[in-house]
Amino acid sequence: MKLTKLFKSAAIGLSASMLAVSVQAADVIKIGAVAPKTGALGGGAVVTQWPNVELWSKQVNAAGGLDVGGKKMMVEIIEYDDKTNPGEHIKAAQRLAEVDKVDFIVAPYGTGFNLAAAPIYAKYNYPHIAVSAISDKMPELTARYSNLFFTLGNTTSFSESVVDILKDMRAAGTIGNRVAMVNVADAFGIELAEAARPRLKEAGFDIVYDKSYPLGTPDLSPIIKGAKESNPDAFVAWSYPPDTFALTEQAIIQDLDVKMYYTAVATCFPAFVGKFGSKINGVFGAGGVNQDSPDIQAYFKAHKDITGKDADGWASANTYVSLQILGQAIEGAGTLDRQAVIDYIKASSFDTIMGPISFEDQISNRFWTVGQWQDGKFRGVKSSQMAGAAPIVAKDGWN
Amino acid sequence: MTSGDVKQLVWGAILLALAACVPLVANGYWMSIALTIAMFTVLSTSWALFSGPTHYISLATAAFFGVGGFLVGTGMSDYNTDYWTMVVIASLAGTVLAFLVGLATLRLSGVYFVIFTLGLAEMIRTLVSWIQNNFTGSRGLYVLTDLGEADIYIHLVLVAALVYLAGWWIARSRLGFAMRIIGNDEMVARHVGINTAFSKVILFTFSGFVASLVGALIAPRYTYIEPNGVFSPELSFIVVIMALLGGTGRLWGPIVGVIPFALLQEYINANYSNYSTLVLGIAFLVIVYFLPHGVLGRLEETWAKRRRSTW
Repeated sequence: MKLTKLFKSAAIGLSASMLAVSVQAADVIKIGAVAPKTGALGGGAVVTQWPNVELWSKQVNAAGGLDVGGKKMMVEIIEYDDKTNPGEHIKAAQRLAEVDKVDFIVAPYGTGFNLAAAPIYAKYNYPHIAVSAISDKMPELTARYSNLFFTLGNTTSFSESVVDILKDMRAAGTIGNRVAMVNVADAFGIELAEAARPRLKEAGFDIVYDKSYPLGTPDLSPIIKGAKESNPDAFVAWSYPPDTFALTEQAIIQDLDVKMYYTAVATCFPAFVGKFGSKINGVFGAGGVNQDSPDIQAYFKAHKDITGKDADGWASANTYVSLQILGQAIEGAGTLDRQAVIDYIKASSFDTIMGPISFEDQISNRFWTVGQWQDGKFRGVKSSQMAGAAPIVAKDGWN
Repeated sequence: MTSGDVKQLVWGAILLALAACVPLVANGYWMSIALTIAMFTVLSTSWALFSGPTHYISLATAAFFGVGGFLVGTGMSDYNTDYWTMVVIASLAGTVLAFLVGLATLRLSGVYFVIFTLGLAEMIRTLVSWIQNNFTGSRGLYVLTDLGEADIYIHLVLVAALVYLAGWWIARSRLGFAMRIIGNDEMVARHVGINTAFSKVILFTFSGFVASLVGALIAPRYTYIEPNGVFSPELSFIVVIMALLGGTGRLWGPIVGVIPFALLQEYINANYSNYSTLVLGIAFLVIVYFLPHGVLGRLEETWAKRRRSTW
């Protein structure tokens, strides 16, 4: 009895929602989004990717939609969970193009997924404004896919900026030459450590501790213990989200006394300061954002108000910017014709919450590389061509 | 060769030829589903060639699949080797690995074998990271080719032909006969003079070869190879589930499981994306409880054998 009732109400609900879609279908821009909600990257995408899709689409619709050649059109998001599985992602991307026949797409989350989906989005000529994709092969990829744009920077600039910070701090007399460096033994961690090693040596630093740990190592206390015994002035970890948290926890427990402490991915997450509070004051991490910009402040507020979640201190803003660019390009081109929108993106400069963004050979060179926790806020301190970098401060204990 | 054997070959050839025509009619969406089906058909069928008759449940598919994909990525990104050369090298490496693993583990039986094969993918993934970290470095593994999904699909249909032909031949050979006896009672097999270790290693090696070849052939579809993605243990489980759903008693059993399972998965992902893991779990329970033809067929077979052996 109860079950039939449930089915009935489900059926009514389903047909009602289908009806609602078909009524407004004519004046709607369909935008497809495939990204993980579950699996290894699910945790990151739920912080950085999904809330921005929700925020942007709600804001656009609250403003009456996008102006496409004089006609206001609402946006409708069609979303799929790729479960952090490339095969699943490819199928969902094909489904968006062939079955849902979406007009535009939101770029995937993660380097591997952006590249796996790139041939499909190129085939259907969707403007593909990649955010969470960091690669040193960008020129080769953009040459191959004329619809693909990169916005978050490349591996080289991330390691260079960290070395620059070390140089700055040494010049200021805050630290000496002793650097302890660790990395997660997985693609991105290995790549960054490898890029940093020669640059550190070239700059005259002593790498007094150089260790790696496998992805998913539950106990990182030996790593911090070893680093501490090497008596370093600075500690740099090319880490992933779980180890960023685990290393910092151990650094606090063992009181790793360094004036410069850096962990890479996820240091900028709201959960990081949520877990460690004031203890992580002065910690450096990958990314950054200009906390003093009124546009960014308004964005953070809207993010919290509309999605109920805090934005992170890095790629959240970039993700939102990529959607702003897409929206402005559709309005600017005045059509849903995808080639026209791509051409518009290539030729124009966009007014975004991160300031003006334009593309040179389909790559934007305006991005943050390093940020620092300063009194509860993650502030951008090093960047490529971004304004508003905060001055760096030395780490002063874990309290 | 009897006329029945020839008939089977002809039918097989006709069906494979039809399968090869799919790219002519399918659009991009159905092509990617067909590709998924082809991939799992090859993996499940070659898995069943070994695990079907011997009842050794191998969870090593992801290990060999991963080796294939990873080597293609490494060769093309770090050593600028041509794609097809890497396909050959990767499948050979997978074969050698399967042979060594087979030699070392097929003396294990029951649950010990299952656990070892489950750990194998993880072990190789860690080993790969260790090598990258200490010796070769990593700049990201890119597999940039001009192969589209239709091309990859055709490659997989060719591999499927190879697997079916091998299965057809094995069923008629002394090797297949030996495998059936091993499956019924390994002790008896040894007593009548069958070299059980050799027979098992040969078939295990073949399924390892096929899995690494599939991993290599599918790599251009992913474009960017992440060790965590290609060595995913989930793959090993899905291969086993699909094969068991279809039934491993016959050569064409696994494909009977692969097609509905792949379509069901697609339906769930398309319509209940936010709950896909949950709905898939429920669907799996429903399959096991209410539609257990594949599994039931297998159970009946085992019961029948048990009854015979106790009498």
